[in-house]
Amino acid sequence: MKQSLLTVISNNALTSNVYELKLSGIEGMNIRPGQFVNVKTDGNYLRRPISVCDAEGDILTLVYRVAGAGTAEMSTWHAGKKADVLTELGNGYDLSAAGEHPVLIGGGVGIPPLYYLAKELKKQGKTVSAVLGFNTASERFYEEAFREVCDDVSVTTADGSYGIRGFVTDALPEHPTCSYACGPMPMMKALYRTLACEGQFSLEERMGCGFGACMGCSIQTKSGNKRVCKDGPVFRKEDLLWED
Amino acid sequence: MGRLSVELCGIELDNPVIPASGTFGFGYEFAELYDINCLGTFSFKGTTKDPRFGNPTPRIAECSMGMLNAVGLQNPGVEAVIHEELQKLKPVFHKPVMANISGFSVDDYVYTAQKLDAEEQVGWLEINISCPNVHGGGMSFGTDPDAAYEVIHAVRQVTKKPLIAKLSPNVTDITAIAKACENAGADAVSLINTLLGMRIDLKTKKPVLANTTGGLSGPAVFPVAVRMVYQVHKAVSIPVIGMGGVSSAEDVIEMMMAGACAVEIGAANLVDPFACPTIIEELPAVMDKYGIENLTDIIGIA
Repeated sequence: MKQSLLTVISNNALTSNVYELKLSGIEGMNIRPGQFVNVKTDGNYLRRPISVCDAEGDILTLVYRVAGAGTAEMSTWHAGKKADVLTELGNGYDLSAAGEHPVLIGGGVGIPPLYYLAKELKKQGKTVSAVLGFNTASERFYEEAFREVCDDVSVTTADGSYGIRGFVTDALPEHPTCSYACGPMPMMKALYRTLACEGQFSLEERMGCGFGACMGCSIQTKSGNKRVCKDGPVFRKEDLLWED
Repeated sequence: MGRLSVELCGIELDNPVIPASGTFGFGYEFAELYDINCLGTFSFKGTTKDPRFGNPTPRIAECSMGMLNAVGLQNPGVEAVIHEELQKLKPVFHKPVMANISGFSVDDYVYTAQKLDAEEQVGWLEINISCPNVHGGGMSFGTDPDAAYEVIHAVRQVTKKPLIAKLSPNVTDITAIAKACENAGADAVSLINTLLGMRIDLKTKKPVLANTTGGLSGPAVFPVAVRMVYQVHKAVSIPVIGMGGVSSAEDVIEMMMAGACAVEIGAANLVDPFACPTIIEELPAVMDKYGIENLTDIIGIA
């Protein structure tokens, strides 16, 4: 973990409530795909945990949805604003589990952390598929970015207004070697039931600290009690207790 | 003794800054961030006889200038604390540590206290009779003077180490509980634990916390804590450890002026992992600003 005072480079709306925030200023940035950062916002006591969408050179990219007071405040940030951010939090995805043809499956604001992962997997020469799920066409973001990086990209919308009508489970490729997933809990549980291959699942939980001190975000797994922030947020699908 | 040194039940602390139980784990993870030997000491995660997962999530809610938690005493149980957690702490912390103990019966408290009393590195036993997030134990011992007396008296029989009773603010008269603990043989009291609170999600129209209620901490509770430390300091003759929303060197000094001989820092650690070393570093300059030569000069001066 590192605490840094970062500088906002840009903060642009991608949809009506999803923003792309670019920050600079982390010395010796060493962030793995699937890790997250914890952002101090003005007027709110606790930090806001946000997954890392990209970390390239000196630029950290976060894509976040305005969900409450903290992210609403973040959406007002302009270039030059200084932000107190804890970085390098959580374990991140295990890239060694990928095999030759991994599939990345994201739903809504669960999609951003998969972008950095896709880039890193491509660097390793993998054949990368992505399935991006949205509620409706107007909520789409980062489709082009994924198309530039991945070998094939499927987009689903729940209302059928774009791409494949339905959910990510309706657009899974055949016989992937590993799945990397992040999204809302109903999607994650559907994938848990559907996927035959190994999985690296990124979970979300309301956090206190984000670095393992408060036990606010604990879950029970097959290998004991785990903190989503410190032992996760990425867990092996096979370790989750979601049989019900 | 340095300007920041204080004494806590016969043990000298380099400074009065003590991370509070439940906000610092078992210390070793913070040792990856800074040398935790800069602290006065710290109070480790509340330990019970048996392992506990705690409450379902969400366990955390937020409010203006503070937070609510309903963790529910998640801990690996006293055996694992002794054989795993304290073993990891030993190489990185070279001072006496404060053991924080919870239970659901008098026998539970006695069992856990006896085990931790035998640990060389444990300098003090802090008995938590004030956890608001568990049922059938915890706070129920800290809201009735007779029950508080019973627990502290029973634990007193099994330890010669300094015994600290951690008190709940969720009472009509905290001085009555503090006096009962003093009469039962406590060497000190620490206060305040969290204030019982609740938030409701307007979208779901349901409580935010899975446990419905949780303990409020952070700057929002600081004035309540200062008031209670002040009252208890006047009511008992044993030392008082102050806590509740302390976030700065100024807050430490204010808490000591109210009567605290040492100060625990909780929620601030969760927002800023470097809160404690920052406060310790800033104390001398703030003392200079207010003409304070030694911290021991201001205890209870208000």
